[in-house]
Amino acid sequence: MTPTFTHEFNTPVYKGKSLFSTGLYINGKFVEGSDGTTIDVINPTTGKITTKVAEATSKDVDIAVDAAQKAFDTTWGLNVGGAGRAKMLGKLAQLMEEHQQELSALESLNNGKTFSWAMNADIPIAIETIRYYAGWADKIHGQVQETDEKKLTYSRHEPIGVVGQIIPWNFPLVMMTWKIGPALATGNCIVMKPSEFTPLTALRMCELIQEAGFPPGVFNLLTGYGSTVGAAIASHMKIEKIAFTGSTLVGRKVMEAAAKSNLKNVTLELGGKNANIICNDADLDQAVSWAVHGSYWNHGQACTAGSRIFVQSGIYDEFLAKFTEKSRALKASKIWDTYGPDSYQGPQVSKNQFDRIMGFIQSGKDQGATVVLGGDRNGTEGYFINPTIFTDTTPDMKIVQEEIFGPVGVVIKFEDEEDVVQQANDSVFGLAAAVFSQNITRALTIAHRLKAGTAWVNCVNQIHPNVPFGGFKQSGIGRELGEYALANYTAVKAVQVNLGYVM
Amino acid sequence: MASIFTHEFNTPIYKGKTSFNTGLYIDGKFVDGSDKTTIDIINPATGKVITKVAEATPKDVDIAVAAAHKAFETTWGLNAGGAERSRLLGKLARLMEEHQQELAAIEALDNGKTFTWAMDVDTTFAIDTIRYYAGWADKIHGQVQETDERKLSYTRHEPIGVVGQIIPWNFPLLMMSWKLGPALATGNCVILKPSEFTPLTAIRMCELVHEAGFPPGSVNLLTGYGNTVGSAISSHMKIDKVAFTGSTLVGRKIMEAAAKTNLKDITLELGGKSPNIIFDDADVDQAVNWAAHGIYWNHGQACSAGSRIFVQSGIYDEFLEKFTEKSRSLKVGDPFALDSFQGPQVSKAQYDRIMGYIQSGKDQGATVHLGGDRNGTEGYYINPTIFTDTTPDMKIVQEEIFGPVGVVIKFEDDEDVIRQANDTVFGLASAVFSQNITRALTTAHRLKAGTAWVNCVNQLHANVPFGGFKQSGIGRELGEYALHNYTAVKSVQVNLGHVM
Repeated sequence: MTPTFTHEFNTPVYKGKSLFSTGLYINGKFVEGSDGTTIDVINPTTGKITTKVAEATSKDVDIAVDAAQKAFDTTWGLNVGGAGRAKMLGKLAQLMEEHQQELSALESLNNGKTFSWAMNADIPIAIETIRYYAGWADKIHGQVQETDEKKLTYSRHEPIGVVGQIIPWNFPLVMMTWKIGPALATGNCIVMKPSEFTPLTALRMCELIQEAGFPPGVFNLLTGYGSTVGAAIASHMKIEKIAFTGSTLVGRKVMEAAAKSNLKNVTLELGGKNANIICNDADLDQAVSWAVHGSYWNHGQACTAGSRIFVQSGIYDEFLAKFTEKSRALKASKIWDTYGPDSYQGPQVSKNQFDRIMGFIQSGKDQGATVVLGGDRNGTEGYFINPTIFTDTTPDMKIVQEEIFGPVGVVIKFEDEEDVVQQANDSVFGLAAAVFSQNITRALTIAHRLKAGTAWVNCVNQIHPNVPFGGFKQSGIGRELGEYALANYTAVKAVQVNLGYVM
Repeated sequence: MASIFTHEFNTPIYKGKTSFNTGLYIDGKFVDGSDKTTIDIINPATGKVITKVAEATPKDVDIAVAAAHKAFETTWGLNAGGAERSRLLGKLARLMEEHQQELAAIEALDNGKTFTWAMDVDTTFAIDTIRYYAGWADKIHGQVQETDERKLSYTRHEPIGVVGQIIPWNFPLLMMSWKLGPALATGNCVILKPSEFTPLTAIRMCELVHEAGFPPGSVNLLTGYGNTVGSAISSHMKIDKVAFTGSTLVGRKIMEAAAKTNLKDITLELGGKSPNIIFDDADVDQAVNWAAHGIYWNHGQACSAGSRIFVQSGIYDEFLEKFTEKSRSLKVGDPFALDSFQGPQVSKAQYDRIMGYIQSGKDQGATVHLGGDRNGTEGYYINPTIFTDTTPDMKIVQEEIFGPVGVVIKFEDDEDVIRQANDTVFGLASAVFSQNITRALTTAHRLKAGTAWVNCVNQLHANVPFGGFKQSGIGRELGEYALHNYTAVKSVQVNLGHVM
């Protein structure tokens, strides 16, 4: 009998109650971890413990994989047609909608993002993603290649089998849906590890998944650490595919483990140090507003954060003044409490992250950059950092090269289009980029020349379930979302039926 | 100054001459290797040296990558539209056709496969593959996702940039065309390492590639060893993708190297131990002929070889008798003799390896039903070999032999044979023989392999995808599917009305 977590929300923006099991979810049941150990889940606004959840070990991974394989061979996989999968995913989306406020509140409590952002961005995107893939489930089309009457050749797009999925803490529920949507739509069984920092919405989702009717073993959730559970998944001999979102450093380890074990296929969504290029002929006020969104959305904890803001010299001073003003306004009125009705930015997710970001800020100061705004902690409780702007940087500085993952923007003046494209592309990363210009030729030419998986034009950080997302270079392998994600979870089998060739 | 290889073919089946430069091909020129070393190319029919070719080093990889990047930024990549790429690939296919006999003869000389097979299959299929991808080059379609008037979101399927390709020795020219076709059609620049055993047709192809008009730097050929050149390619920081065909053992090293360096994307085509399941209701005579093709084609040196032949008990005796007869009738001999079916294995190392497996079969108690020995005293010829009375744990049943050695296994039960067929770390190909539509297709669908042949074996077509489940590989080659291996998807989202 696993423990449950009960919480009463009594806040200006939300009043309600949540109650759910905090065990591992294996084969349709909530269970304790094999070692009986637990993980403390911390509230980043206070630094205090919210609850304990069961901790999985590599032994639990084996148990979950067996359950998943059994389900794949009997009640899921090729045993359930597309319509059946579509119906269940549709039901799941519906249940998420019914519990939208509760899920938003849990996400906010666990991650620190504001209730408002969770309600208006995270949970709607998550619901839309599940609904989107429900629509694909009965449209997993193979191909017929030949019309020669002596041969029938066709390809089946089969589910792979048992897939491993490891998701991060920055958008816990959204990241979960990006993974389970296409994997379930194509008929796979899942062994998922949420972040040990932010497992709560994932746990709540298990109950919804069960309620939606997915057979036991189809979805399994194991909360645990990367070095134990994550490593066990990446090197498991019976997991045929792994999908990972997280840091480039860990991404390498995942791919290496896959190579050394059973050559499982990998998709990776890794880090970014994304360029946001603002040309003289941009709509300046809009560029400022979007740049704020690019830098501070989710407290800068987005792989797509527009963290290098290149501003052309003609509008540099005006931009910097307005951008600083706008960023300062965020601080003044909106960062105080995750559940406050005017909150924009909550705390960073953990002490670890807080220390890491403050370390980068210190390095910026040490290496001689100018702090135009912020650069310090907000308050004395919880992991709040003020919106921060650096200028007068040089390309080799750590704050310009490395991914900070916090509310820290670097503003860089540029003269020349050629030069800024070259600077923007001069990175090992290639996840996303943005261009602001009202000139069609300039806007699209630059967008096309940026070496990144997504190029936003006159906007930033816009995500849609039907638009593919992923990185060039060391930002990743493969694409998520859109029709493209289906290819990550299908095994192509060519069947060639001889109807007339005589040997 | 890289040297020229000249050879006069004066054989019963082909008379002709070839003469070509044996240097590395970098940036549109034939050059010596940086260390000025060479590699001996052996004729497997005689064991004697045919010629020397220039050997590449990791330094040459750097030079080639730099040339490839330059071409990608200026004369290739997004600078050459689809129609142009299509035209060049079409020209290449035509040039290959004009020189088909010459290419087939060089392939037979270098690899040991018979001239007949090289003409009828290898070179013909290679030409078809290049022609097939010429047709795709101007159809690399992105997608438009949204019709909301406030947003234009579309994807571009861009070339990746500089891609590394490492190919094996079993179908040298064919493997080269499978790699070059989709990579060039989608606009990438290529660094290709052929096998150090069989580089001759690849080197000759560079002259045709040059003649077809591909810009300098778009295709680069570096003959060298796996642990030097191959390793340099898979761990290169400026190569954004590597495609490898070869053994599962080396495939792991490639993926590991990619992970440790710049997380380059990988596709792998690795080994197989493919089952060929023959049911009681098969057309037995056809099954016999196809089974022979399944295991002896290319001297068993095919990743898709149907090396585990499962025969249902009702027809077992009849099948074994006819299959033995057929195998005995296959003529093993000089690749350029008029009636040879099977030439030598490609090298001494492979010969020794296969003979080692045959010995292990004997040692572990299997019955040598046919062959199991060398053919002749010169060259690396092995007689078609059949083992029976095996158990599932034997090495000859578990591991990929890559020689003309088939294992025939009797079975009773449909369910059991499918389980046995799937009980392997490999999953490349499979075959089913049955005239019953339900049994044939149900079995085909249940086999865990990237290809399931029904009433045929080892049939490959440029437009049909090919690749492995499980440890047989990652990704699919051929068909439309191969294009994905060489494109980088970029989403462009243009805001036309969302106000922040």
